[in-house]
Amino acid sequence: MKVRARDAKEVWKEEFESSPARDDGIETSTISGIPLQPLYTAGDRPRREEELPGQFPYTRGIHPSGYRGRLWTMRQFSGFATAEETNRRYKYLLANGQTGLSVAFDMPTLMGQDSDAPTSRGEVGHCGVAIDSLADMETLFDGIPLGDITTSMTINSPAAILLCMYIAVAEKQGVPASKLGGTLQNDILKEFIAQKEFIFPPAPSMRLVVDSIEYCAQEVPKWNTISISGYHIREAGSTAAQELAFTLADGMAYVDACLERGMHIDDFASRLSFFFDAHIDFFEEIAKFRAARRIWARWMRERYGAQQERSWKLRFHTQTAGVSLTAQQPELNIARTAIEALAAVLGGTQSLHTNAMDEVLALPTDRAARIALRTQQLLAYETGAANTIDPLGGSYFVEALTDEMERQAEAYFKRIDEIGGVIPAIEVGFFQKEIADAAFRYQKELELKRRIVVGVNDFTVDEEEPIDILRIDPRLESQQSERVRDVRRKRDQARCTNALQSLSRAAAGTDNLMPYILDAVRAYATEGEIMQAMIEVFGTYTETAVV
Amino acid sequence: MPSTAVRPVRIVVAKVGLDGHDRGVKVVARALRDAGYEVIYTGLRQTPEMVVDAALQEDAQVIGLSIHSGAHMTLFPAVVEELKRRKATDIIVFGGGIIPDDDITALKKRGVEKIFTPGTPLQDIVDWLRKRFPDSPAK
Amino acid sequence: MGENTDPVLLKRFRSGDVRALARAISLIERRDESVRELEQALRPDAKTPGVAGFTGAPGTGKSTLVDAVVSLLRKKQSSVAVLATDPNSPFSGGAILGDRIRMQRHALDPKVFIRSMGARGHLGGLSLASREAIRLLGAFGFDEVILETVGVGQSELEVAAVADTTVVVLTPNLGDSVQMIKAGILEIADIFVVNKADLDGYTRVMAELRAMLSLAPKAEWKPPILATVASRQEGVEQLWEAVLAHRRHLEKSGQAQALSEQRLRDETGEVAAELARRRARQALEDDPELARRLLADRTPYRTAEEILDRKR
Repeated sequence: MKVRARDAKEVWKEEFESSPARDDGIETSTISGIPLQPLYTAGDRPRREEELPGQFPYTRGIHPSGYRGRLWTMRQFSGFATAEETNRRYKYLLANGQTGLSVAFDMPTLMGQDSDAPTSRGEVGHCGVAIDSLADMETLFDGIPLGDITTSMTINSPAAILLCMYIAVAEKQGVPASKLGGTLQNDILKEFIAQKEFIFPPAPSMRLVVDSIEYCAQEVPKWNTISISGYHIREAGSTAAQELAFTLADGMAYVDACLERGMHIDDFASRLSFFFDAHIDFFEEIAKFRAARRIWARWMRERYGAQQERSWKLRFHTQTAGVSLTAQQPELNIARTAIEALAAVLGGTQSLHTNAMDEVLALPTDRAARIALRTQQLLAYETGAANTIDPLGGSYFVEALTDEMERQAEAYFKRIDEIGGVIPAIEVGFFQKEIADAAFRYQKELELKRRIVVGVNDFTVDEEEPIDILRIDPRLESQQSERVRDVRRKRDQARCTNALQSLSRAAAGTDNLMPYILDAVRAYATEGEIMQAMIEVFGTYTETAVV
Repeated sequence: MPSTAVRPVRIVVAKVGLDGHDRGVKVVARALRDAGYEVIYTGLRQTPEMVVDAALQEDAQVIGLSIHSGAHMTLFPAVVEELKRRKATDIIVFGGGIIPDDDITALKKRGVEKIFTPGTPLQDIVDWLRKRFPDSPAK
Repeated sequence: MGENTDPVLLKRFRSGDVRALARAISLIERRDESVRELEQALRPDAKTPGVAGFTGAPGTGKSTLVDAVVSLLRKKQSSVAVLATDPNSPFSGGAILGDRIRMQRHALDPKVFIRSMGARGHLGGLSLASREAIRLLGAFGFDEVILETVGVGQSELEVAAVADTTVVVLTPNLGDSVQMIKAGILEIADIFVVNKADLDGYTRVMAELRAMLSLAPKAEWKPPILATVASRQEGVEQLWEAVLAHRRHLEKSGQAQALSEQRLRDETGEVAAELARRRARQALEDDPELARRLLADRTPYRTAEEILDRKR
């Protein structure tokens, strides 16, 4: 039998090589440039013990029951304009079957500045909701019982402030912090690497992250204190392997920082969560997710000596690739998103955001947002994709690609180590350069038509039909500015000033800053004022230019 | 005129607004470099005043702006206005980012010469510059 | 010819128009002959700015340090111009110049001028263009000029050939940075700075540097080793003190005079080389017979002498 099988492969190989090949010049490597064989067979799989879901190293999933036990959480990221309008959208999404909230903040909020700051001009309410103080946060969650839902907040440099605002709103609703569930993105390293929404230099930035992890381990134990994100690294133009490697390297840097603080690995490891991109190269993405679990489990158990199984399990949220959407023939984005979402599901994601077709143009309209959510429901209930655990496990191709992802990630870990770790690598621009090189290579391939984006560099139409897009009323900026000035007028100024001064003093020392920030939030200090109190001590950061 | 005396086109490339999405601006900067232009990249979160000041000091003929935060209707025209104020309207301004068609028309009226939207081939940007500066030595 | 004989450029330059200064530097950069006239016309009112050169490997925080020095100088009410040179892409024609990024907070200060220079077309390297640019900056009224360059290739030697004081920047976090110091750096460094002195490995780098300098031949000026944390503005005042001390040393020892004379000689040599190169190229273009003979006989020396001997 064995001899015959080998012969059969030889025969196939000859037949393959003598068959005419397509001559369209299109790349046969993955979108990240990993060369692919035309066929994978049993010979491509390295020998290893059988992997099973719920068992170390979790390549096939962290739950023994897969999606049979519980479907992924459908968590659509949204937020725009004012807190009132976003509050209405949240109530609409919850009524339509969404199971968790995910807050998008506008640029001034993400950059820690108030709506009336001069550099906020033209930005207020555009990319998300404008939050300046606790007053806005109260409006945002008005009528939404925080004890019954989970909330994800996508914010980084000022993450500690927004978390404190959430805790303070819950206090007012009578919900204790210990009952709160949700996720804070709070991943500053990928800001330095890719998304560039940094404010303080790396060291004090890391201190704030560790402060919030340490504080939540005691006070808000059900909160996922950090969502270590590859999404933005990928969207900045990295390859899948870079996304995987840089994200896990960031994760280990946070673990190192917490250990340095004196925390025990098993006290915080299980609250670390991850966030990946689901790009359009279907199999490569599935391999990436599987490799991520395997690598993390091994590093946590073997390098960091975590004892508890829950510390070894990599849990992740996925968002379909914003960067894969096209402004041309935007309806095609529905198809792209569906394929990407399927990759996330087959990769075993814990939660998922599907992009709306018009997201590349502006914030999604209600209709587009609904189609995006329905796409997930369709995957969960119509396709059968949730019925079998890790359905691609054992596929010669997917297993080989999973191993390749792992190999490339380990090679990157070595290079990062040689530079001296993640922060030195940031400072010399290592990640930035790797990403910029990958982005440029991909763009060149598009220009040469070695890769096709349907509707963009091939299969175009002459006249695009305009689609409805959501526009932000330009008056909003002055209204929101007036609102924050009103908050400043009406608050107990002495209490607020005191809280801010205490925060500055604490920042100069080594105390955990969370209680000080919470006090300032309760006193209705604005986000910009709280950031300023810390900037006075920490300073700000300018990146090394890597083009 | 000796060939060394041809005026090379210098382009100040900047990200205005608060967002940090610099994939596009970096790809464009590299493409312009490869086409033979001198690109001065001034980085993230530049105010219109900073961009114009850099363009004057660098003797740039062109300013390229990138934005992904939605503030283009405020910030692109602010750069044009600042150029008027500094009496430097000979410097031309182009922009790129997620910009709806209606806004493109409005921006052109307000003095932004050209807008490139996502998916634009890099060669289109280079071709436009070559047409705009036919004597430049870009290869 | 157009702007090559721009009659208003001088007037605009004298009235303090930044764009005229910027344009004049462009003329220098592309070796435009008309800048000679501008330079001559300006010479009577030209003052000589202090020139400090900063060089170091990528990642040493050089630009941040220069930015911190600019802040200090502004506090001292000095006006300051920065010439950031990038030798990295000299041959492609195009360049991406990114050193401004760290100094952009000074962009709106009219007493600060920042200019990025690529290496395009500088057949004689950066020094000739830098010297001429410095003269223009002096004429424009700048008190201090800072030259910044990445320490790769020959660029740091070129900076040293132009600056009064050369500052070599190192950091503790870039591996064996002291061992990696290239031959020749010892000779050009007037001051060593260990930047990012808050990082691990700081004491080791300081010790290695000291050990290395102790082996250097005795000289009148012993390069001091200073520590800075540029991102926090720490040690910058002491650094500038050291620059001023070096300047005083040059004056007192008479080296300033000697250096200035030597540099005029060097510059004349470079200008002569440039003019000769231009004449040769022109002659071979204008005189097909000469070019034909060159190609037939393959005698560049004889052809060059013949060109230079011709009456103009």
